[in-house]
Amino acid sequence: MRFSSHIGTLGLAALIFGTGLTACNKKADSPNEILIGEYGSLTGGTATFGQSTHKGVSMAVEEINAAGGILGRKIKVITEDDQGKPEEAQTVVTKLISKDRVSAILGEVASSNSLAAAPVCQQNRIPMVTPASTNPKVTQIGDYVFRICFIDPFQGLVMAKFTFNSLKMKKVAILRDIKSDYSMGLADFFKQNFMAMGGEIVSDESYSQGDKDFNAQLTSIKGKNPEAVFVPGYYTEVGLIARQARKLGITGPLMGGDGWDSDKLWEIGGEALNGCFFSNHYSVNDPSPAIQNFVSVFRTKYGGETPDAMAALGYDAAKVLFDAIRRAGSDKPDSVRMALTQVQGYSGVTGSITLNENRDAVKPAVVLEVKDGKFAFKETVAP
Amino acid sequence: MKRWLTLPIILIVLGLLQWGCTALLLEGPIRQGPYYYQILVLAGINIILAVSLNLTNGVAGQFSIGHAGFFAIGAYIAACISVYGGPGFHAALGMGSAQDGALLLIAIACGALAAALAGLLVGIPSLRLRGDYLAIVTLGFGEIIRVLILNIDAVGAARGFTGIPKLSNFFWVFAGVAIAILVLHNLARSGYGRALLSIREDEIAAQAMGIPITRYKVMAFVISAAFAGLAGGLFGHFTMYLHTNSFTFVKSFEIIIMIALGGLGSLPGAVLGAAVITVLPELFREFSEYRMVIYSLALILIMIFRPQGLLGRAGLLGRGGRGK
Repeated sequence: MRFSSHIGTLGLAALIFGTGLTACNKKADSPNEILIGEYGSLTGGTATFGQSTHKGVSMAVEEINAAGGILGRKIKVITEDDQGKPEEAQTVVTKLISKDRVSAILGEVASSNSLAAAPVCQQNRIPMVTPASTNPKVTQIGDYVFRICFIDPFQGLVMAKFTFNSLKMKKVAILRDIKSDYSMGLADFFKQNFMAMGGEIVSDESYSQGDKDFNAQLTSIKGKNPEAVFVPGYYTEVGLIARQARKLGITGPLMGGDGWDSDKLWEIGGEALNGCFFSNHYSVNDPSPAIQNFVSVFRTKYGGETPDAMAALGYDAAKVLFDAIRRAGSDKPDSVRMALTQVQGYSGVTGSITLNENRDAVKPAVVLEVKDGKFAFKETVAP
Repeated sequence: MKRWLTLPIILIVLGLLQWGCTALLLEGPIRQGPYYYQILVLAGINIILAVSLNLTNGVAGQFSIGHAGFFAIGAYIAACISVYGGPGFHAALGMGSAQDGALLLIAIACGALAAALAGLLVGIPSLRLRGDYLAIVTLGFGEIIRVLILNIDAVGAARGFTGIPKLSNFFWVFAGVAIAILVLHNLARSGYGRALLSIREDEIAAQAMGIPITRYKVMAFVISAAFAGLAGGLFGHFTMYLHTNSFTFVKSFEIIIMIALGGLGSLPGAVLGAAVITVLPELFREFSEYRMVIYSLALILIMIFRPQGLLGRAGLLGRGGRGK
């Protein structure tokens, strides 16, 4: 009979789920441990992000457990790989919450994965702390979602302050990438804040990602005679813009955000970039003792590897969460969430972290100077 | 039993299962229930993808590696309908689960239709090609779709598409599975299916017998794309968020692995393959960082010991249902 064979096929599939899923069913609550879930891309296209973050988190866990844990209990972090896929991120967070019953979740770096998983945390009322998702929408998912990195447009404010206060420049031109939200956000924030401080935007030009020739925009900018040019784009175009600007005789510094942070920047732009500035989350060359201590412990632990921004943010995210659990005096998700809303001036590796009413971090950024292919630490700019 | 009764009965059974799933897995005593539920639904979506690709790659023997492209089109079009049309729809007809179901049906129908249309557009020029050339064209198509989506601001571009209502669930996904299996099973056993088989075995002989091979291949391609679009619609309304990272060519290859693992050309094989590929990596979570290594090893071992796939070419009615 036809019908029975269809049922047979469906039954076959059901059988596989049945045997498969019951097999991975173990582990019980341990009253002596506080369980924290972590998800990240340990494999896949963005694996370096996930692995760096994981190293930072592991280091924070080791430190806290060596110091006796929190509330007399050890911290245990359960890490799951999401292969950098949004649907996989959603699955592993569902697993961490329903099977492992974690008190809080750490992750992810990529905003796309955080956006897929955050609704699960929100729905189950489990606080989630993302170390490095900069998309503003992530924390808008709900009041259980926090982030300890600054959002993109904030760098516009940082660079406005730096230009006005440190470089003492009053006349600046903007050259923005009209196709990228990131660039538009930075440019708008820069313009708004710079003008509020009393500076003058003499020219506001735009290009599209993928353009190769910027002579038209740069000639117009040169005509206005700005002291500096704000170019909040990605390194590919920025490198070309720097070369063409120098050729046209624009001598003032170019400035940008963390979209510049790549070794490719120097390969493309070369000498033309000397003396230019951009903002970033953190710098290994920052002389502050907290950072130098973190860098040296990290190097010893991971065989000489230098911690990148993801590792530092992962470390800070874990530390902020542990501190919240300690202040809450309990690992109950609701108490932890309450404590997270009250993070005030927590001093982490990536600066003093305060969470605002949108559960976004308000924290300083570092400004780096391009010097012969190296990014030298220039100064820290507070929000 | 009357044939027309099959689908209603399956739907009633699925309705009961949905109720059971909600009671047991989502709100019930089984601790890791929501996790199992998530995997179950994602497996259902993968089954639809696998059985639909099986029609072109397995039955008709045309090697397409752009299935993720149709999946993406279905997902994004369906999500657009419910995100942009949903408020108006609810304003006109009110809120409620019946309205939600109707909105989902409209959305996934549009998604499937759009994917079928794309299948037609790609299929007409490219299915005149064979073998490697077809593979390259379909691969390119899948990537073009992904890059296009990355540049459309209305669907979130690189930020991803947020705010999609959660309309789909176990019931809808497995109703989709049942419909896909019924349609593709009957199709493969019809005269049309036999013609496709003959094209797979020998195109020249098939043409000599008077089979309009390009037209048949395009039809297979369009049907396959439509079901991929259906799967996409169900997927977007389940995860509530879409990002192009879910639709890379890696996804296309994953679907190919599913049907190759189950047995190329076998419908139960495709179902089994999709189930195995979805569940296996979850099973190996115990091994943490060695997970993907063990997973790959398991696949290699299966293909060494069962090169014809787990079920060979078995049809729904047992072994040797068709083919050699």
